[in-house]
Amino acid sequence: MLYVVFGVVGGILGGMGMGGGTLLIPLLTIFAGVNQQMAQGINLISFLPMAIVAIIIHNKNKLIDFKTAFPIIFTGIISTVGASFLATGTNELLLKLLFGFFLIYLGAVLFLSIFFEKKN
Amino acid sequence: MKDKNFVIKLVGGVLIGFLNGFFGGGGGMLVVPLLTLFLKMPEQKAHATAIFVILPLSIASSVVYITQSPMQFNVLGFVAGGVLAGGIVGALLLKKINNTALRVAFSVIMIVAGLKLVF
Repeated sequence: MLYVVFGVVGGILGGMGMGGGTLLIPLLTIFAGVNQQMAQGINLISFLPMAIVAIIIHNKNKLIDFKTAFPIIFTGIISTVGASFLATGTNELLLKLLFGFFLIYLGAVLFLSIFFEKKN
Repeated sequence: MKDKNFVIKLVGGVLIGFLNGFFGGGGGMLVVPLLTLFLKMPEQKAHATAIFVILPLSIASSVVYITQSPMQFNVLGFVAGGVLAGGIVGALLLKKINNTALRVAFSVIMIVAGLKLVF
């Protein structure tokens, strides 16, 4: 089933830390005709089980900086709830257009990250 | 020094939260540069911390999306299953595959997909 395939692709990219979710959304909207807001919601929810597993593993390896994370999470949650209401209330075509720009921006960020990598 | 970093984290949170919520994703990719470039965190720690940051944000957004917009739970189920399986494969592949080649490939794919959505 196409949905599973797209999920696997997104999951592999996400598992490699390459923002897999962001490719999953256009795969769903362009090739499977899924509504933009629904695709975004699907992406958000699908990520959760995998994130929990990853966090358990990373925590065992003491790789998570909790002290740094908390302030980001604090303002992040407030901001993300507002943004989510905004997105679900936005016209689908407009959201798709804006998402397109976002995707281009992220692609550029990913590309540039090649040149800015610092080794551990 | 300490105060400046704290403000960076708070402001970063606003921005990341907004983008992750408005676009239903992508926040993780923005947290990493925030941590590595502005807060000088080593790469591996940054990736791990990024996931930890995005998790509660994604939970909060998910609740809003489910309650405010239609959701087909069967589609969700199939996709989520795929993502979990793919995630395991991806994590295992992480060490084996040439990271740079993949980044080039996917950044190009993302830009092309973005252009397709815009035009």
